[in-house]
Amino acid sequence: MASITMTINGTTVTTEPGTTILEAAQSAGIHIPTLCHHPALPPVGACRVCLVEAEGSGKLLTSCTTPAAEGMSVRTHSPRVLEARRFVVEMILLRHPLDCFSCPSNGNCELQDIAYELGIEESSFAEEGDTCRDHPLEEDNPYFVRDLNKCILCGRCIRACDSLARYHAVDFHNRGIHTMVHPPADRTLEESDCTFCGQCVQLCPVGALAEKPSRGRGRPWELHPVTTVCPYCGVGCELEIQVNSKTGRIANVTSDYGSPTSLNRGRTCVKGRFAWQFVHSGERLTTPLVRRDGELREASWEEALETAAAGLQRIKSDHGPDSLGFFSSARCTNEENYLMQRLAREVVGTNNIDHCAHL
Amino acid sequence: MKGLGETLGSGAMTNDFDSLRRADVILVMGSNTTETHPVIGSWIKERHDQGATLIVGDPRKTEIAGHADIHLQLQSGSDVALANGLMHVILRDGLHDRAFIDERVEGLDTLRETVAWYTPERTAELTGLPRERIEEAARLYASGPDSAICYTMGITQHTTGTDNVRSLANLALLCGMLGRPGTGVNPLRGQSNVQGACDMGALPNVYTGYQKVVDDRIREKFSTLWKAEMPAQPGRTVMKMMEAAGSGDIRGVLIMGENPMVSDPNTEHVRECLTNLDLLVVQDIFLTETARLADVVLPAACLPEKDGTLTNTTRTVQRVRKAVDAPGAARPDWAITTALAGAMGADWAFRGPEEIFQAIAACTPSYAGISYERLEEGGLPWPCPAPDHPGTPNLYTEGFNRPGGKARFLPRHWKAPHEWPDEAYPFLATTGRLLYHYHTGSMSRRSAPGEHVRELFIEMNPADAKPLGVGDGEMIRVTSRRGHVEGRTAVTDRVPPGTLFIPFHFAEAAANLLTASVIDPDSETPAYKITAVRVDKV
Repeated sequence: MASITMTINGTTVTTEPGTTILEAAQSAGIHIPTLCHHPALPPVGACRVCLVEAEGSGKLLTSCTTPAAEGMSVRTHSPRVLEARRFVVEMILLRHPLDCFSCPSNGNCELQDIAYELGIEESSFAEEGDTCRDHPLEEDNPYFVRDLNKCILCGRCIRACDSLARYHAVDFHNRGIHTMVHPPADRTLEESDCTFCGQCVQLCPVGALAEKPSRGRGRPWELHPVTTVCPYCGVGCELEIQVNSKTGRIANVTSDYGSPTSLNRGRTCVKGRFAWQFVHSGERLTTPLVRRDGELREASWEEALETAAAGLQRIKSDHGPDSLGFFSSARCTNEENYLMQRLAREVVGTNNIDHCAHL
Repeated sequence: MKGLGETLGSGAMTNDFDSLRRADVILVMGSNTTETHPVIGSWIKERHDQGATLIVGDPRKTEIAGHADIHLQLQSGSDVALANGLMHVILRDGLHDRAFIDERVEGLDTLRETVAWYTPERTAELTGLPRERIEEAARLYASGPDSAICYTMGITQHTTGTDNVRSLANLALLCGMLGRPGTGVNPLRGQSNVQGACDMGALPNVYTGYQKVVDDRIREKFSTLWKAEMPAQPGRTVMKMMEAAGSGDIRGVLIMGENPMVSDPNTEHVRECLTNLDLLVVQDIFLTETARLADVVLPAACLPEKDGTLTNTTRTVQRVRKAVDAPGAARPDWAITTALAGAMGADWAFRGPEEIFQAIAACTPSYAGISYERLEEGGLPWPCPAPDHPGTPNLYTEGFNRPGGKARFLPRHWKAPHEWPDEAYPFLATTGRLLYHYHTGSMSRRSAPGEHVRELFIEMNPADAKPLGVGDGEMIRVTSRRGHVEGRTAVTDRVPPGTLFIPFHFAEAAANLLTASVIDPDSETPAYKITAVRVDKV
C-alpha cells in the first residue's frame, strides 16, 4: 500500500496507512499529551486530552483514534486546541484531589505532567463541583490499594483487565457524575474474578491504583530499573526491578510493555509483580551454619566450606564416588547448574546428579 | 522429557509463544494454565477470543476449562485411553495427515494396531466422557489447520506419565501438527530454570546439551576437557538417590536450592532417608525444612541478587541481572560451588557468570552461538549453534532429531494407576499448584501472597461434603496409606465428586505426607496426581 503524506504543525510527515494521527506525530518526534491512551491497550478516545485540529474539519479530533489520511494538515498546539485541552484537563481535575504531596504517584503521574505542561494549578470549576467524594480507601488485599477519589475514569484498568490479563474483573458502573470503576454486582475486588496481576496498577495514569508492597520504599525519582527475568514459573517473563538507589533495596517490580526483548510483552501475573518481599525477608540466611553438638551454629565461610569439603572427600575415599549424591536446582542459573554437575562429575567422579524437574 | 525425546528427538517445548498465538486449535491437557502459567493462559484466552477452538482435558473444572469449547472432564489417569480414542476416530475417519506421515514418521502400522481397540465406546468407558465429545474433539484437533498441544504435570505426574506424553506426541504426529508455527507439543515448564537445569546436564545420564554419558566419544571429550576420568555409568535420579540414602548406599548429599522435605513424595520417608546420611550439605536462601536437617548450611544469594542466565520453557536463554546485594555473608551459588570445588582440590578459574557461560558455550553445541553480548539484544532459543545463527523458535521444521530425520510413533496401551479409591480409602486426592503460591512456598509465602492465601484448603465437591456433614471452610482430616493432613474445605464443583484437590505449597500441612513414593518407571517422576484417601471431619 502507498504511504501517506501529511503535515503536522507545518512539518511534512510520511506514515503508513492505518496509523493514527498520534502515532504519526510520535514518529515525527511531535508531542501530543494523552491520558486514556496507552500503546499496550486498544485506543478508545475517551479523555479527549489528545485533541488536535485538522484543516477542513469543523470539530476537533482525538488523535489517538483518528487515522492519518493523505494530504491531512494537522495542528497539535493551536490556540483552539490548547483552549479545549485546558478545558478537558480542568474538567478532569474537578473530580481529582490535589493532595499530590502524599500521593504514591507523585512524580509518576500523567495528570500531573499534563497540568504542568498546560500551566494549570487547579480547576477553575472547583467551586462548582462537589465531586471528590469520600470513597473509602479499598485495601483489603495485600497487593494494591484503590483510591477511587483519584480515579479519572480513563478506563485503562478496564482495558488492561480485558485485553492483557484477559479477565473482566472491573467495568464502569453508574452514570454521569456518579460513574465509577468497580467489579460487577456489588462485589468487592477480592470477591471478583480479579487475580491481582497488577497490570491495571502499572497502567493507571494517576494514583487511583497503587502497589501496596512498595509503600514507603521510595519516591519514583529515587528508583532505577534493573531488567531481569522473573524467578517464579518457566514462562520467563521479563521484569523491571525498581531499586531504591539510596537504600539499595527493591522498592517495586514493574514491566515494560514496549520492551523489544520481553517475551511476555509486559504481561505479568500476581507473583511476578507482587511476590518479591522474600528477597528482603528477615528470615534470609546470612551466615554459614555448621552442626556442632547436634545444633546448627553460626560459622565462618572457611570453616563451613572446609567441613563440607572434608566430609565429602572422606565419604568418597571410604565408600567411592557413587556414595555421594548431588541435587541441583531448577531455581538456580544455568551457570550454577553447569558448575554443580561439574562438581559431581569432574571433582567427585559420579553421575549422581539430578534436580527436581519432575516435581 | 523422555517421552518427547524418544518420539521426536528433543525433550522440550517444540514451539514458541508467537507460534501459540497463531494456533487455530489449542488442546490443553492436564494444565491449569491460567493459574500455573498465567501469562500463557492469557494468550490462550486471547487466541480463543479471536476465534481459535479451545479444548481442555482435565478432571477439574479449572478456570481455563471454563473457557473451553470442549471440556473433556476425563477420569484421572485415563489420558492414554483418551489420546488413543482420539487417534482411533482420526484413523477411522481418515483425518490423519498421510503425506506428513509418509515423509516424516515411522511406525504407523503399530499405532494403527494399538489404537484399533480404543473405539469411542471403550474410550468413553475408560475416560468417563460421552462418546460424542471424544469424536468431536478428535475431528476439531485433526482439522486444525494448525493445532497446538500444551500440557503440564497433570500429564506427567502419573505412573504412566511418559506413556501419556508419548501418546500426545503420537497424536500430533498423526495429524502432522509439528514443524510449523501454530502447531507443536508443548510441555509448559513449572520453574524458572527447569529447562536450563536439564540443558546444563543436571541429570544423571547426560552432560550439557543432552550429550550422553554412555557415549564413549562424548565421555572422552569431557574427560579431556575437564582433565578427569568421567564415570561411565549413568547416575541415580533424585528419587533413586533418596532411596539410596535410606539404604545407606549413598552416605553424603549436597542439595542446592531444593526442598525435598516438602516437594518430594512421602515426607516421612524423605526425613528417614536424609537423617540416615553421614553428611548433608544444603545451599539455600532460607533455613528450609530440608536445611534444618543439614550438617552444613551455606547461605545463598537469590535471583535478583546475581547475574547469570535462565532458559525458559520455550528454550530461550535470557539474562538475569543483579539488582540488589545479597544479605550478610550470603553468596551466589556459582561462587559457593566454585569455592567448594576449590576446597576439594579443583582449580577452576571462573571470575564470574560470563566466564562460566563461555565455558558452557564451548562444550555445548546447542548453546555454542550464544554469548552475553548477544543476549543484551534479547533472548535466544536453542539450538543456536553459531554466533551468526538466529536461534530456533520452532523445532523440526526440517527433520526430527532422530536417525534419518524421522520421528516415530510409540503407541502404548492404557494401564491402570498404581492405586485407586477403594472401600477403606474411597476418595481420589490429586495435588497441584495455586496461582498465588510457588512450589514449597519458601518464597511466595514470605511475600504478599502469603498474607492472601495463608493456609491449606482442600477442594471437595458438594455431593461429597453433604453426606460427610462438612460445610465450606470446615476442618477435615485427609488420610492415605502413608500419612494424613488437616485443612479447611473449599466446597466447590471445580472438582468432580469423589475427588479432592490438595495444593502442596504448605509445609505445615504438607500434601506430600499423603502421596506414595511410586514413580513412572521411564521418567522416574512421582505419581502425585493419584492418591487414594479417606476423609474425616475434625
